[in-house]
Amino acid sequence: MFSEQSSSATPGLSDNGSAVSDKYGAGPPPLTDTDLLEMYRTMVLSRKLDQRIWQMNRQGRAAIVASAQGHEAAQVGAIRALDPERDRFYIYYRELTTMLALGVTPLELLLGFLAKEGEPLSGARQFPLHGAIDRDRRDIVSFSNVVATQLPQAVGVALADKMRGEKRVTVAYFGDGASSMGETHEAMNFASIHRLPVIFFCENNKYAISVPISQQMNIESIATRASAYGMPGIEVNGFDPVAVYEAVGAAANLALSGQGPTLVEAVVERFLPHTSDDDDTRYRPPEDLEGIRDLDPIPATEKILRASGTLDDALDEEIKSLAQKIVNQATEDAENAPFPEPQDFYEQVYAPGSPGDQS
Amino acid sequence: MTEITFRQALQRGLREALDADPNVFLMGEDIGKYDGAYAVTQGLLEKYGPDRVRDTPISEAAFVGAGVGAAVAGLRPVVELMSMSFSLVASDQIVNMAAKIRYMSGGQLKVPMVLRAPTGGGVQLAATHSQSFENWYASVPGLKVVTPSTPYDALGLLRSSIEDDNPVIFAENALLYATRGDVPDAEYFVPIGVADVKRTGTDITLVGWAHGIVTLMAAAEKLAETGVSAEVVDLRSLRPLDMETVIESVEKTGRALVLDENWRTAGFGAEIAAEIGYRSSDYLDGPVARVSGTDTPSPYSRPLEQLGIPQVAWVIDEIEKTYGI
Repeated sequence: MFSEQSSSATPGLSDNGSAVSDKYGAGPPPLTDTDLLEMYRTMVLSRKLDQRIWQMNRQGRAAIVASAQGHEAAQVGAIRALDPERDRFYIYYRELTTMLALGVTPLELLLGFLAKEGEPLSGARQFPLHGAIDRDRRDIVSFSNVVATQLPQAVGVALADKMRGEKRVTVAYFGDGASSMGETHEAMNFASIHRLPVIFFCENNKYAISVPISQQMNIESIATRASAYGMPGIEVNGFDPVAVYEAVGAAANLALSGQGPTLVEAVVERFLPHTSDDDDTRYRPPEDLEGIRDLDPIPATEKILRASGTLDDALDEEIKSLAQKIVNQATEDAENAPFPEPQDFYEQVYAPGSPGDQS
Repeated sequence: MTEITFRQALQRGLREALDADPNVFLMGEDIGKYDGAYAVTQGLLEKYGPDRVRDTPISEAAFVGAGVGAAVAGLRPVVELMSMSFSLVASDQIVNMAAKIRYMSGGQLKVPMVLRAPTGGGVQLAATHSQSFENWYASVPGLKVVTPSTPYDALGLLRSSIEDDNPVIFAENALLYATRGDVPDAEYFVPIGVADVKRTGTDITLVGWAHGIVTLMAAAEKLAETGVSAEVVDLRSLRPLDMETVIESVEKTGRALVLDENWRTAGFGAEIAAEIGYRSSDYLDGPVARVSGTDTPSPYSRPLEQLGIPQVAWVIDEIEKTYGI
């Protein structure tokens, strides 16, 4: 088995039909300009929503926020290569763009940040972006705030699918921090033994809260660990949505054709602190923070779309103002929503009607 | 009725569940060709195949976590741990995940998983293999904790546990595997959360569970020789906890002793004693008597190990000390 670095030379996009697909068998179909435009729309919406949520935290309205800024291209690229109605998504807490790309609405997400009634993931019981979406053929599960717990669970879901002969991929999302957990090792080992249809998707933003990657591991690439489990490892530039699309697409094909799990490492940057509760200037040296915004995948994608003639000033303005309008409306609706009823507190500790049920 | 061992009862329960529901499968360390550490899964690999009787690596967090995932995905995994002591390395998946996924998903997901494990001391497995963490798990909302004492209860409760839509910790006291008892030949279920009066009496209520019931039944025999009529209440599950049956008995007899074979401090017996005292003090002739294991790790040496495990004489002495009977 092997590990391969795949990142395009420019901060823009790699060529369709890249080396990744060639190396790992059939890749996903090439992306069209229209596909990329749609991905751009999702990234723009995610960024505007993310900025709004951060702002609401600073105003004391949202208790805690883990921002996805800097991760958008990786997240939108991965979902593009998957099937939201077929596959299963065991995400972690920095997945705002993933949620939007899977069809969760800005209002639903804001209801989560404000912990309001009708919040669909957990009934306002959990951290924002935690809980589950089990509807509209969507299968999203997110209980990752003890990091890496979602990995063995994702493996178990894939085991169930394999036992029942169902063709679907389970994607286990995690960060570089979670890669140090024992459960990550155990899950990868278990998945590879049984050649389970899993993609281990690591968004490496090089910081575990305040601890830099150099103090987390003595290797250059997390993807190289895949060889220890007998599975492919692919490192991609996580600022390049097309490169991520191709890597995840190749991994999905391996999973669906019974060839087992793949570790995909998308290297990104965390533009903001770990969460709204910390100040990254206390632990990130200025030279580390300088310049990372130059790599911002959203203007980079915009540039590619303009160069191909897919995007002009008018369309770009339309996309951005529509995104802002959606975020503004969702903010208003979320703020007007009531808090949960006290009775909710007691419900769903046990199955309704089961001894021990207090509802 | 047929007389079988506790071990055979568990094995029959697993067979019946595997036959009844294609979603049921077993997973754990050495449960295949090795037959399981206590031979509970003997012969099941041959009958049901490696898909439904799955050997795992020594990787508790992975296979308990995978059990959680498979349960969420609609299967009914029965996961075997080689020792309840080893559940600690998977306790994040048990306490933070399995117990709370229903609640944390607002009721969208459920975890119908059974976690079976041998538990307790007395078989010379020393400090790290002789612990009873079902006592700890009993304080976790979202879990059910089942603690059978007889083959009849083991079989019936195992069937109920596998059909339950909540995660169940199924504690099998290792001293019980070879004990014998009658079970019906037809399929049956014992409901979780219903205590059982194992012996009726009028002078004192002896409350316990799992292997503690063996000790209490022997103590009741002994007490009968001196004219004391003891009632033995078997909790059968620590969560949900059937205090009503306990209270009803205590208010009838006016005396109570709680036997907890595990560590005394903050042990589950303390919860039972406190609840009896709180609810029934007007009916009691004295304080609630307590017998428990000692607050020590379990040593390997047999004579030393036995010093920490409650004996019949401890129960008799404690009753005499507390109530003068």
